[in-house]
Amino acid sequence: MAAAVQRLRTNVLATPTASLVNLVGILLVVVALLATVQRVYQGGATYFFETVGFGLAEGAIFALVALGYTMVYGIIELINFAHGDVFTLGAFFSAALMGTFGLDEGKSSGAEIILPLLGLFLVTMLFCALVNITIERVAYRPLRNAPRLAPLITAIGMSSLLEGVMFLWKGPFNLHYPNLLPSQQIPLGGDVTISAKAVFVIVAAVILMIALTLFINRSKLGKAMRATAQDRDAAQLMGININRTIAATFFIGAALAGAGGIIYGLYYNSYAAFDGFQYGLYAFTAAVFGGIGNIPGAAIGGFVIGLVFAISDGYFVAAWTIPLVFGILIFVLVFRPTGLLGMRVPEK
Amino acid sequence: MSRLRGFIRSNARNPNAIAYALMLVAALFYPAIVQFANGGNGDYLVGLAADGGVYVLMAIGLNVVVGFAGLLDLGYAAFFAIGSYTYAEVASYHLGVTPIGHALHVPFWLALFVGMFIAAVAGALLGAPTLRLRGDYLAIVTLGFGEIVPIVFRNGGIWTGGVPGISALDQPTLPGWIQGPWIGQALAWVPDFRLNSGNLTAYYVLMMVLIALSVVIVHNLYNSRLGRAWMAVREDETAAAASGVNTVSIKLLAFSIGAATSGFAGAFYGAKLSYVSSENFGFTVSVTVLAMVVLGGMGNIPGAMLGGFVLYFILYWLLPNAPQQVESLTTAVGLGSLNAATPGGWPGIATEVANSKFLIFGLILVGIMLLRPQGLLPSQVRKQELTHSAHEAVAAPRQLQ
Repeated sequence: MAAAVQRLRTNVLATPTASLVNLVGILLVVVALLATVQRVYQGGATYFFETVGFGLAEGAIFALVALGYTMVYGIIELINFAHGDVFTLGAFFSAALMGTFGLDEGKSSGAEIILPLLGLFLVTMLFCALVNITIERVAYRPLRNAPRLAPLITAIGMSSLLEGVMFLWKGPFNLHYPNLLPSQQIPLGGDVTISAKAVFVIVAAVILMIALTLFINRSKLGKAMRATAQDRDAAQLMGININRTIAATFFIGAALAGAGGIIYGLYYNSYAAFDGFQYGLYAFTAAVFGGIGNIPGAAIGGFVIGLVFAISDGYFVAAWTIPLVFGILIFVLVFRPTGLLGMRVPEK
Repeated sequence: MSRLRGFIRSNARNPNAIAYALMLVAALFYPAIVQFANGGNGDYLVGLAADGGVYVLMAIGLNVVVGFAGLLDLGYAAFFAIGSYTYAEVASYHLGVTPIGHALHVPFWLALFVGMFIAAVAGALLGAPTLRLRGDYLAIVTLGFGEIVPIVFRNGGIWTGGVPGISALDQPTLPGWIQGPWIGQALAWVPDFRLNSGNLTAYYVLMMVLIALSVVIVHNLYNSRLGRAWMAVREDETAAAASGVNTVSIKLLAFSIGAATSGFAGAFYGAKLSYVSSENFGFTVSVTVLAMVVLGGMGNIPGAMLGGFVLYFILYWLLPNAPQQVESLTTAVGLGSLNAATPGGWPGIATEVANSKFLIFGLILVGIMLLRPQGLLPSQVRKQELTHSAHEAVAAPRQLQ
């Protein structure tokens, strides 16, 4: 009898409130979408595709950075604040190595830059990955059994440290990143075009993401990562080397961030020591948006946040873009607390 | 007398009691020592300590949220900003410039509590829909809120003064004040006293009194039924709910009390600076206060205060003064040639040290945390809980739900 009353309560009394809250949420989304559609309609197709191209390119970089956040969070539940600075370090390191690889703004026109650029990507990714596993070894691993917030503070400390290193290296100002990519527009039919740079950024990011997904889903180490993320103790009992698996997660996340750093430099032709922290916060927002700990979610979240940035900048008031992005984040968490693709995990 | 002796004896081995006693002594003698050491020109340092008190107050408030209730708040500076701006709106000429056209000059003491109240309301409004989220999602919501609020104030146009902010805020007043030879004047009672940049000692005394008051309040809260409920929620939310604790309202209370403290500190800060600008309330402020709490010892009031003092000292005295100190050190040990810049790219030791401040700050944070993962002055109750049984210690890293 009591159970029946309880069921009645949950079905009849709880549901209307929940559906009312959801209704409000849906209404707000519809209003926002209608306002956007109306502005887009007035702006014309050319402008729209330009904006979308920009948004997808920016989103691709967000996604690359967000993947590192989400992987690290998924495996040790740490918001790795130093990740955004590892990303900037990628831009710094690759800019310094340009000459070594024979890459130069003047002669970069054709296919001859492809191989050196590939080499630059590999070396930078390796460098960032090594920096990140050093950070993990020094600042996070000793605190794995300490109070939960201790590694968060060392992460902030490591972020400050990396910023300090880059500040000492090249100062706090905006620096010019060599412009290697062709800057023409690729026609898509009619007067709709997309910039070659945006195409490069999106293609490069998508290749890296596909490689990551294959690695996580097919390789043995990827399997170990998923197992460790699910239950560290059980994974250890199954013979998985936890320390190595966590280090590998940091390695891969930082490699993606390093690649993101180069792509950021090539796309914007500018970088600065303190760029990464704020950028990292947006990427982190993207990771949460997609459901933190969820790899496809981080990728989708990155693209969505990039599009929101571009559309808000292009069609609404740019000064309100950041409040809008974080407002959407809070909105998503209130109405869908686990993000877009996140699963509901029982509380421990 | 024997009761006093007994009191001292029973507390002589309690680190918290020692910390309180030491902080009390330090707070009492600090202005005198500083003035003496600087030959009467220590006003700047006294004012610096009063500013540090604002951060200590915030650390006490954030400790309620993070340390007692176990809710990670990464946007604490938002409430600080709300308190500051509220004070700026109700106690300056600014509203006269806005379309309202009528300036408000709420008296200082009332305005402090208006700022506190508005911040608490903001905390409750943000907390009500979001406190049901799992721990880290709450952290992210607060992070987002902390990013939004300063930008809203910056974009507020005429209402919030835009990018330059609001200046010429009303100065704090006291019904009376004692003047004396310690500031080079004859002993006298000054009625209707106005605090300004000429009498920083008064700010200092006021700040220390406010800190003492909030310590008493928070300490009593901690030992109340509410405090025990916070701890229960922090350790195991499900078990607390099953034992009849209304977890949502308990968490909301912690969140609002934290926000209120921050708003109160913000209003005081605005009044002392007589100026507010959205630049002063960024994510760095939130992170700094969080670092103070964790570094000092989460869940322990004197720990959070100690962390506040230590970090404030590092950030606002040690790092700004380090270049000069290092320069005189190199001169003293005969390496004075390092001081000058060379054409080869060496910018001189002072510049180099000044440029290294982020690096040094990062090293200090990481270093202290690695050496004392529990914080400088950890909570004894928590320590007992953690060492009581082995599997409790294993479960500890995930206790912050």
